[in-house]
Amino acid sequence: MSIIEVHNVSIRYKKGNFKDIGLKDYIIRKIRGTYHVEDFWADKDINFSLENGDMLGIIGTNGAGKSTLLKAISGVMEPTHGYIRHEGRISSLLELTGGFDDALTVRENTFLRGAFLGYTRQFMNKKYDEIIQFAELEEFQAHLFSQLSSGMKSRLAFSVASLIRPDILILDEVLSVGDGAFRKKSEAKMMEIIRGGATTLLVSHSLDQVRSLCNKILWLNKGQQIAFTKNVREACDQYEAFLDGNLDISEVTARKELN
Amino acid sequence: MLRQKIQTYTLKIKQNQFLFEELVKRDFKKRYARTALGMLWSILNPLLQLLIMRLVFTHFFADRIPHYTTFLFSGMIVFNYFSESTREGMTTLIDNAPIFSKINVPKYLFLFAKNAQSWINFVLILGIYFVFCALDHVAFTWKFLMLIFPVVCLAVFNIGTGLVLSALYIFFLDIKYFWGIFLQLLQYVSALFYQIDTFSPAIQKLFYLNPIYLYIAYFREIVLYGIIPSLTLHIAILAEALLVFFLGVWIYKKYNWEFLYYI
Ligand SMILES: Nc1ncnc2c1ncn2[C@@H]1O[C@H](COP(=O)(O)OP(=O)(O)OP(=O)(O)O)[C@@H](O)[C@H]1O
Ligand SMILES: [Mg+2]
Repeated sequence: MSIIEVHNVSIRYKKGNFKDIGLKDYIIRKIRGTYHVEDFWADKDINFSLENGDMLGIIGTNGAGKSTLLKAISGVMEPTHGYIRHEGRISSLLELTGGFDDALTVRENTFLRGAFLGYTRQFMNKKYDEIIQFAELEEFQAHLFSQLSSGMKSRLAFSVASLIRPDILILDEVLSVGDGAFRKKSEAKMMEIIRGGATTLLVSHSLDQVRSLCNKILWLNKGQQIAFTKNVREACDQYEAFLDGNLDISEVTARKELN
Repeated sequence: MLRQKIQTYTLKIKQNQFLFEELVKRDFKKRYARTALGMLWSILNPLLQLLIMRLVFTHFFADRIPHYTTFLFSGMIVFNYFSESTREGMTTLIDNAPIFSKINVPKYLFLFAKNAQSWINFVLILGIYFVFCALDHVAFTWKFLMLIFPVVCLAVFNIGTGLVLSALYIFFLDIKYFWGIFLQLLQYVSALFYQIDTFSPAIQKLFYLNPIYLYIAYFREIVLYGIIPSLTLHIAILAEALLVFFLGVWIYKKYNWEFLYYI
């Protein structure tokens, strides 16, 4: 049985002038009939499934719906249609530094982040030193979070998030964190988790990275699924040609190999 | 199978408890970090308010209402708890939008944590209230123990109201402004500084439509008059608290996935 199954998944956002309005404006617009909410489909009819140990590369231009799909898989959003079934624990690294609190210290933020990620206090007490060590922030533990550089912040975020051995790992453009030295370390850590048998979903705009790491490709374009294939090389080549303007999306042959 | 279920269940509780505690800590630090007087201020503030009310209204009411200080304080303590916890609670969901739009967390915990803070504040002031009762020569009886009932119900009522408001605030930002006005009006019809028995019986009934007045009446009956409130009052308080609480829970359930669209 597959470890993740994404079945006919479509995900909708709402667009229109409804954000940031007050009750007063809402009522006025309702009465005048100028209140519009439009559906916007960020993902349409996505289908794929992954086996244990698979490494899926998700490619597609900006706005293709990659992050949205990953949000649905990690449980932040709900598919509007279709369903997502998965087994085991998901660990998701979406936009690392969001959600930290500048008014708290590094130590407090570490525990808070651990709590957000669903760890227990016991676990955090045991692992705290290891996290700080890995992030190389020993001298900053009592500093306010706002005093860290942005590289340091993402190092901490990465260290907390990569602590557990998830069954499913979701990486949205986060494989390169921090400066050169830390980047090597974090990539090594990631590979350790992946080699440990985690099924991984990777969004990356670096095709070299995708080519060297992934054994399956999901190609999205404006919310449509262009291809889901095991033929990584062909899909990447065609995607490159598409990016260069040498290939029309309708000519993609990797398409034929769906599933 | 059952064993596994229990295990995942206890893990869930542990995770949520940890998150709740860390959120309470965070809110606490953020609130008191900036002001030098910190917590002291949140206690001094109602006392100053009490002092001013006492000075201003003494002239009009103190002769007619015995233990007027305690009378004032009883209303204030209830009203301030409601006002503070709902005003603070209203913004919790929006304030934490950067988190729940990235990480899958139970959204109601943000409000629960904020409410825990208001609750601690309330309990501190409640202690001072009893000191004032003693200074005001109020007779302490075993009936004071019954105050646990309105205190618990009010906490539930406040959480419910906070859930409803924090959800509404995501959709309509001007709710904050309306709620401020509403609270001000509510303050005048909650009989904080006057007795309702000067009104005609028909109007007196209207006061009981105000949930906050029910709590104030309960406090005064026990503390000032030493009588056990009627069963009807108990039922009304409990029913309203549960009603608002489940309304809040229902809204959070129904719009759980919608919140994201509005931030
Ligand atoms: N909160 C939102 N409300 C409305 N529309 C949104 C929202 N978030 C994203 N979208 C829209 O959904 C579409 C897909 O966005 P998504 O973030 O999934 O793209 P992506 O493939 O991750 O792009 P990128 O490579 O730039 O990260 C975009 O057109 C975007 O405008
Ligand atoms: Mg993205």
